[in-house]
Amino acid sequence: MTIDMKKSAKNLATDTGVSRRGFVKGAAAVTGAAIGSGAITGFPTIWAQNIKNVTLRQFGTGVSNINAVADKVKEDLGFTLQMTALDSDAVAQRAVTQPNSFDIADIEYWICKKVFPAGTMQPMDTTKLKNYDAISKLFITGKLTPDSEIAQGTAPHTVGFVEGADSVEFASAPTQWMTLIPTIYNADTLGIRPDLIDRPIDSWADLLDPAFKGKASILNIPSIGIMDAAMVCEAMGEVSYGDKGNMTKEEIDKTIAVMIDAKKAGQFRAFWKSFDESVNLMASGEVVIQSMWSPAVAAVRSKGIACKYQPLKEGYRAWGGGIGLAKHLSGLELEAAYEYIDWYLSGWVGAYLNRQGYYSAAPATAQKFMSEDEWGFWMEGKAAQGDILSPDGKVMEKAGAVRDGGSYEERMGSVACWNSVMDENKHMIRKWNEFIAA
Amino acid sequence: MASDTSKRSSYFLISPMAAIFAIFLVIPLLTIVVVSFWDYDEYRILPDFIFENYSYLLGSSVTWKIYLNTLKYAALTWGFTLLIGFTVAYFLAFHVRSLTWQIVLFMVCTIPFWTSNIIRMISWIPFLGRNGLLNSALINLGIVDQPLEFLLFSDFAVVLADVHLYTLFMVVPIFNSMMRIDRSLIEAARDAGASGFETLKSVIVPLSKPGIAIGSIFVITVVMGDFITVRLMSGGQSASVGLQISNEIGLLQYPAAAASAVVLLITVLLIVTGLLRLVDIRKEL
Repeated sequence: MTIDMKKSAKNLATDTGVSRRGFVKGAAAVTGAAIGSGAITGFPTIWAQNIKNVTLRQFGTGVSNINAVADKVKEDLGFTLQMTALDSDAVAQRAVTQPNSFDIADIEYWICKKVFPAGTMQPMDTTKLKNYDAISKLFITGKLTPDSEIAQGTAPHTVGFVEGADSVEFASAPTQWMTLIPTIYNADTLGIRPDLIDRPIDSWADLLDPAFKGKASILNIPSIGIMDAAMVCEAMGEVSYGDKGNMTKEEIDKTIAVMIDAKKAGQFRAFWKSFDESVNLMASGEVVIQSMWSPAVAAVRSKGIACKYQPLKEGYRAWGGGIGLAKHLSGLELEAAYEYIDWYLSGWVGAYLNRQGYYSAAPATAQKFMSEDEWGFWMEGKAAQGDILSPDGKVMEKAGAVRDGGSYEERMGSVACWNSVMDENKHMIRKWNEFIAA
Repeated sequence: MASDTSKRSSYFLISPMAAIFAIFLVIPLLTIVVVSFWDYDEYRILPDFIFENYSYLLGSSVTWKIYLNTLKYAALTWGFTLLIGFTVAYFLAFHVRSLTWQIVLFMVCTIPFWTSNIIRMISWIPFLGRNGLLNSALINLGIVDQPLEFLLFSDFAVVLADVHLYTLFMVVPIFNSMMRIDRSLIEAARDAGASGFETLKSVIVPLSKPGIAIGSIFVITVVMGDFITVRLMSGGQSASVGLQISNEIGLLQYPAAAASAVVLLITVLLIVTGLLRLVDIRKEL
């Protein structure tokens, strides 16, 4: 940080020969930012020249650490974004233990609940974001539409705001200070191999159906796996929960007992921890039904193997991530970070994420960057008119295909539970380890 | 007076080694021991002096199961690597007559080590899978009707991968011991009327013991601390002590992980001490 500031200062001294074009471009950016932020501090022209020298280090889970985004940032905003992809555990660990190793944290909301109170991040001033109002209400009030029900678990809006600029206390209602700007989210369900299963699947309980003995899998990330397990147990009628996202010890024990019985009976072929493992298990036919993530389903399909992201009557388990600022950011770098975050909401990334099968946090801005057919397929649940391409131009779906689960409202409107971290987390993890060791 | 000087100079001479040991071994180990008494919550470790990490660890049936499981893997792997390693070393040392061929064949044994052990491990997965090469071959040959499920994501797969990965650790020290056996001892045994098996039992095995002990220490310590083989080859369905520690670190439970590490270290040290009691490996070095 100190070194970067020195570098900036040095460039300030030497970088006097700015080309006219660069100057005009810079000035335009400043004007834009000035309108957006409504607060010009310091010397904007100087800032515009030097923003090119800023490097922001972002780290997060693989899903949204996309190199195309970094390239587009360089093109649109002029500064460099370095991305590091880690798994969720490592992300949480690094955010807490190495607060100076990152500028922007790209984390999930349930991780935020763990990490933000450690005080290594700073909340964002929403008045500085011109696209704030475009953010889906799901992240502000927790309700997709005014009459939808708030799902269980760590719903993003419950950890989306803090009381003040220096606070680490989550606010119960929206404030001016946002912990994470939502970027990416989705509704997860079970993936199945329709070619190897000869009956309709419509419930989470089907995961433990003895018909699939030795051919089922569940993900082995305790905080997410327990939720899938809870969806299954609830659907089977074995356990009833007050709040699946914050279970009591007794509920955890019962859930794990059901899972241990299933494991001992040989229900599971394997447990997976990484995206690739889930793809390989499904593609090789080792497993025909398992917890899965949307792009993993797409990856299996792209190998020409039938795979369905099966909607289930009990609803989805949803997750969401966002980007937040490191505590140590200030001055020019902080301004650049705000600029980046506002840009993130302005539509290009949103369209990119939508095309991958995730959802953008600001759907209205993303729509401007998508064709009508793309919007119809991904967001409205309509049959594709032409081939649907992935962001890198590969054919994902042929004309006539309909998205599994239907429209945005149908999918995000039937969320039963959000990924979460529980009060009894320690107990839950111990019990989960018993399940794995059983 | 003279002995004082030599004493001082030998202290001086060992000090760099002592410093390296202190910095890279003793201090980190002490840190682990200290942290194992700390408390933790979801995202912090809290300096404290509690026995909760140990009492939970030692009182939990999961720990015992995991240790039994890990010891089972270690014992099976040790048994198979010893059998295979001893045979290979015996062949190299006593059946291959020319030194050139000994060297060539020894090099052949090391070829698998030119790739990373993760790659060597992962290659088993498509081979052993339900629709893998082996199962397809067995079904096509009409040997089985149904694919053999136990081949992958099972204890069998874990031990197979461990044996594949670590047999060389057994071959090298045993081969080394065998090469030092005076050939005239074997001739003497034969002259005295011993059969091949008697020679093996009364001459070669006793004289190879230091190599066997060193190989065993390598294999057992590696398998006891392993986590990635267990995770990948059991499909995440089995646990080992190493895997437990790795999970705890992943979940930011450093004190719990430190306590597990201390207990594991003590266990492994006990095993190694036991082995050293049986065989005096200093004779070898």
